[in-house]
Amino acid sequence: MENRIEVLKTYKIYIGGKFPRTESGRYYKPTNSNGEVLGNICLSSRKDFRNAVVAARKAQGDWAGRSAYNIGQIIYRIAENLEGAKAQFVTLLMQEEGVSSAKAKEQVNQAIDRLIYYAGWSDKFQQIFSGVNPVSSSHFNFSMLESTGVVACLSDSDSNFLALVSAISSVIVGGNTMVIMAGENTPLTAITFAEIINNSDVPGGVINILTGKLPELEEHFATHMDVNSILYLGSDKKVIESIKNKSAENLKRVRVWDNKSILSSEFESPYSIKEFLEVKTTWHPIEQIGGASSGY
Amino acid sequence: MAKKQNSFSLNFDTDWNYSPAPESTSHVEIKEKYDLFIGGKFVKPKSGKYFDTINPATEKSLAKVAEANEKDVDSAVKSARKAFKPWSELPASERAKYIFRIARLIQERAREFAVIESLDGGKPIKESRDIDIPLAAAHFFYYAGWADKLEYAFPNRKIKPLGVAGQIIPWNFPLLMAAWKIAPALACGNTVVLKPAETTSLTALKLAELIADSDLPEGVVNIVTGAGKTGAAIVNHPDIDKIAFTGSTEVGKIIQRAIAGTNKKATLELGGKAANIIFEDAPIDQAVEGVINGIFFNQGHVCCAGSRLFIQESIKDEVEKKLKMRLETLRIGDPLDKNTDIGAINSKGQLETIEAYLEIGKQEGLTSFQPSYSLPKKGYYCKPTLFFDVSQSSRLSKEEIFGPVLAIQTFRTVDEVIEKANNTPYGLSAGVWTDKGSKAFNLSSQLKAGVVWANTFNKFDPASPFGGFKESGFGREGGMHGLEAYLSIK
Repeated sequence: MENRIEVLKTYKIYIGGKFPRTESGRYYKPTNSNGEVLGNICLSSRKDFRNAVVAARKAQGDWAGRSAYNIGQIIYRIAENLEGAKAQFVTLLMQEEGVSSAKAKEQVNQAIDRLIYYAGWSDKFQQIFSGVNPVSSSHFNFSMLESTGVVACLSDSDSNFLALVSAISSVIVGGNTMVIMAGENTPLTAITFAEIINNSDVPGGVINILTGKLPELEEHFATHMDVNSILYLGSDKKVIESIKNKSAENLKRVRVWDNKSILSSEFESPYSIKEFLEVKTTWHPIEQIGGASSGY
Repeated sequence: MAKKQNSFSLNFDTDWNYSPAPESTSHVEIKEKYDLFIGGKFVKPKSGKYFDTINPATEKSLAKVAEANEKDVDSAVKSARKAFKPWSELPASERAKYIFRIARLIQERAREFAVIESLDGGKPIKESRDIDIPLAAAHFFYYAGWADKLEYAFPNRKIKPLGVAGQIIPWNFPLLMAAWKIAPALACGNTVVLKPAETTSLTALKLAELIADSDLPEGVVNIVTGAGKTGAAIVNHPDIDKIAFTGSTEVGKIIQRAIAGTNKKATLELGGKAANIIFEDAPIDQAVEGVINGIFFNQGHVCCAGSRLFIQESIKDEVEKKLKMRLETLRIGDPLDKNTDIGAINSKGQLETIEAYLEIGKQEGLTSFQPSYSLPKKGYYCKPTLFFDVSQSSRLSKEEIFGPVLAIQTFRTVDEVIEKANNTPYGLSAGVWTDKGSKAFNLSSQLKAGVVWANTFNKFDPASPFGGFKESGFGREGGMHGLEAYLSIK
């Protein structure tokens, strides 16, 4: 079998639980740090992004309405499947980042552990951040957290696989759906991870992954009126200013995570989930007639 | 289907009238002219300019108020910056005691504040007396207690105050909004530069006098008066760490753009177009009262006002009839009269805005209802108004009017009303009236709004977080959640 011709894989994008090619028909050739070309990768267009937002919006109500237990199980399932595909991801990371197999393995392990960590938060964060408010009138008043909605995530070119997995697990555990622009030079792990997601009972549209170039799509991410929040994985000041500025049009919640702090183990906390949740407070009167003050 | 007939109707043909019951103004002290409160002292504005603050019920000037320009704002920020280090390093329990002191002083002078609030803003004395001022004091009391307990609010995190907060507040609840802004900022160890709205500066300036009386260290609270330009000078000042703004969505967006290239944190509490939903199983009389309170409280100058009413079709006639009857019994007039339900519109400009919307309703061919009584001859007044069968696309159901104007629509099913209620870029508040608990919880979880009132409306409390979804802004004020706005949490 030594002379067997290797089958080369075509990498496509991931929208609404399907793997289409970019509608634009365009491609780009990203390279790793050794200058090796990673392949012909989809150069996603504005139209791809808009389709992805439609899919994410459609999936959001159902996803947010699922029981916390179910969401936790699905994220756990992603971790299980990633564990099973570890060797593949180690190879891809070595190719994509030009790192040693030990380094690559470390990163994949961290990514799996991060998924497990956030899977466990699904039915716990609500109790940490919610509460009954002791108002001074005869009302039952409580505040709890709800998903923000559709979160668009932009990755800088230095963003890596672990950052992507950290963003996904923090955002979807709260009931949000996502449209992600993978890092320009890390499309192989991102799209292969979409295959893991697609195989883990994650409903189509909850996570959508595009590949391409941030400068081209950044404006469309920030100005889209049906996106509720933007997460930028990076630290380019110009990009941050531009996203904040354009997001004002529909008051998107803008979050910025620099890739260095995402990679640290201190990143793991329920506060990263909370950044994509809204506080809702509900009031209801408590009847106070006859014997309301008596004991039993 | 047989229509429910309500045989009962109120008879208004009577010679009985309310006697005037005006609140006395004799204990109130308003100076002829107010300067800026910077570094613990009242100082003359570098701008050299003053403007009149008008009593909207009489159209007469109450006092002259300084107009702060960029240089004035700069000295206020400098004084806040100078005060920040010692204030943030003060033992938290001592910081708390100063804030408790302010709460107590407001309670002691509550009556004077209530009267000035009604004189300057036009709101009925019963509201300023029973809601605005007591809640403002309660807010200081609530956050004073947090000052030395902050680490319990954010387990496993390191917290720090942000520095100097620039705070810009609206004219609808002048002292209460000042309390919402100042109390949590101080409790968290920040210092502030606060700008009240140009039509309602007086209670903020009285608060400045009170703060001086409290011996709060100089510069911890600075109050600068003026209009939009003064606000812009605060937003754009390079040495401000945090912007807290309550006001229109339009200005909120301008602020977000203006600070995009900076590290300033922001919380924005913006406009709303709340849905108030009545199901056929609701206690109708309570619901009608709640709808009236929801839209006509404070002349409808409320960001969370229930300005879109959704009535289930089967009870449309009954609810609309009762709303009309209730409108006829509302007392509109002198804000200082203790019987007054609806006071004066805050300013001439706002009255014109509301009247333009009434005209739009007319042009759209909508049926409307206004009570038959006449308005006072002097002052800015507007009759409470109902518009019926308003469509989803009408400007009256899309745009925030900020006045006593209710747009009424109907619905048949739960799914339909959820879709209609959420069909707005706003998401500040919502109301649901039903006798069925499971339905109320379904609605409260489906409605995209930061505050949901079930079988009640327009209730506020310092312990209860307030703030919006979507284009109604971000961040919360009140409760433990309100602390986040004024801390760096790492």
